[in-house]
Amino acid sequence: MLFLFYTLIVFCIIGSIIAIEARNILASVISAGVVGMGLSILFLFLGAPDIAITQVVVEIIVLIILIRSTVSLDNTAITKHRDTFAILSSLIFFGLFLVFAFMAFQGLPKFGEPLMSVSSQYLQNSVSETGASNIVMGILLDYRAYDTLGEATVIFTAILSAFVVLRAKGKKKREERDKIRVGIPGKDDLPETVAEIDEESESVSNI
Amino acid sequence: MLIYFLNSIIFVLGLYCLIAKKHLVKKIIGMVIMEYAINLFIILIGYKDSGIPPIFLPNMELATFTQQSVDPLPQVLVLTSIVIGMSILALMVAISLRLYEKYKTFDMSEIRRLHG
Amino acid sequence: MEGMTFIVKTITRLLIAVIFSFGIYITVYGHLTPGGGFAGGIMLACGLILLTLAFGKKTALGKLSDFWASLLDNLGAFTFWSIAMLGYVGGYFFFNFLEKSDPFQIFSSGTVLVNNLAIAIKVFASIFAVFLALTIFGRFVSGLISTEDEE
Repeated sequence: MLFLFYTLIVFCIIGSIIAIEARNILASVISAGVVGMGLSILFLFLGAPDIAITQVVVEIIVLIILIRSTVSLDNTAITKHRDTFAILSSLIFFGLFLVFAFMAFQGLPKFGEPLMSVSSQYLQNSVSETGASNIVMGILLDYRAYDTLGEATVIFTAILSAFVVLRAKGKKKREERDKIRVGIPGKDDLPETVAEIDEESESVSNI
Repeated sequence: MLIYFLNSIIFVLGLYCLIAKKHLVKKIIGMVIMEYAINLFIILIGYKDSGIPPIFLPNMELATFTQQSVDPLPQVLVLTSIVIGMSILALMVAISLRLYEKYKTFDMSEIRRLHG
Repeated sequence: MEGMTFIVKTITRLLIAVIFSFGIYITVYGHLTPGGGFAGGIMLACGLILLTLAFGKKTALGKLSDFWASLLDNLGAFTFWSIAMLGYVGGYFFFNFLEKSDPFQIFSSGTVLVNNLAIAIKVFASIFAVFLALTIFGRFVSGLISTEDEE
């Protein structure tokens, strides 16, 4: 079983390297999709079928959105001038990151022996208390429904801001029309050059 | 320990893509890969050796189920984080479409040069 | 001709009912088998997105326009919140106030089923709406690709 996990993780690493280094953007996006699919098989073997189903479906949507909206718009690869300073500094940082991560992993519980101090309570009482035989849904929508409420809020806000960013018709015209109706000077009426400012100050001092 | 280390290599690859690449879509892909690595890490922490999924079936004993099942709590957190990640991706794609409309390119260095 | 080729249209016509019923099954049986509101809602959105890609935007907007999609989004969020508020009948926020029957039945878990349905509607509507915004409305934001998609 452990061998299967290692194989799938190495598959994901190779997929992400291809996704990062491929020249063609379409190939890069599809390789990212391959990483997600390998990850969903891994979730299935790690005992998380809920996550596996959600990951597959989300992966398909991500591919459709990326290909349909960005890649079909412009598929030119960038070939010129690599920024060597960014690459070097990021490589040094990642070496340090991996060293410290390795030191931090010593303090985690060993792989395959989780600390289940809270979860054992959930596992024992969930079927009798909530009636949901899928313990994940019992926790998600009954014990920890606050999390789900916050999650719904985050989705709502993200979708709303995507709509606002993509809005085709600006609000500016209506605002300017209102300003003209009320009598506030618009942007074009204000003085721009130094001479205009001088003229205006002179006229003010003359009054 | 080795499996956590391999997982953090995926995270580092995503972060490298986010920092060093110039193409906006590649930056988005780097973000997505980082997200995958973090989700996988949280699921890996909750795995139990030869564990069964946390779904109670009619022919099971409750005591053996509690003994054998994997940790359900990380799965709950990851389930919400996957969907949040997708909506964040939609927001990133929207912003990059706006940038493309203004500068007619996805190249970050071009965008920076045009700005000043 | 709007949309994709004849083969894609025929297969979509055959598969669309299967996709929708599988999504509804995943949602309704979420508390008994793997699945739940998130996966079911995204599957429903997948079905509608397939319809959009195969038949063009006119057919899909006839089935569910962007106005109704945003309204459904709000409706799902509001249902979830009002179930949470109705918990004050029994004492606290998110109290499971509905009656529970025996385990392994469809009405075994009280509010979890209703919450699942609300989440599914919300996720379905919001994903479809953002897909519309990104691919169809986003393509001619200001005459970017105006001649390709407009009729």
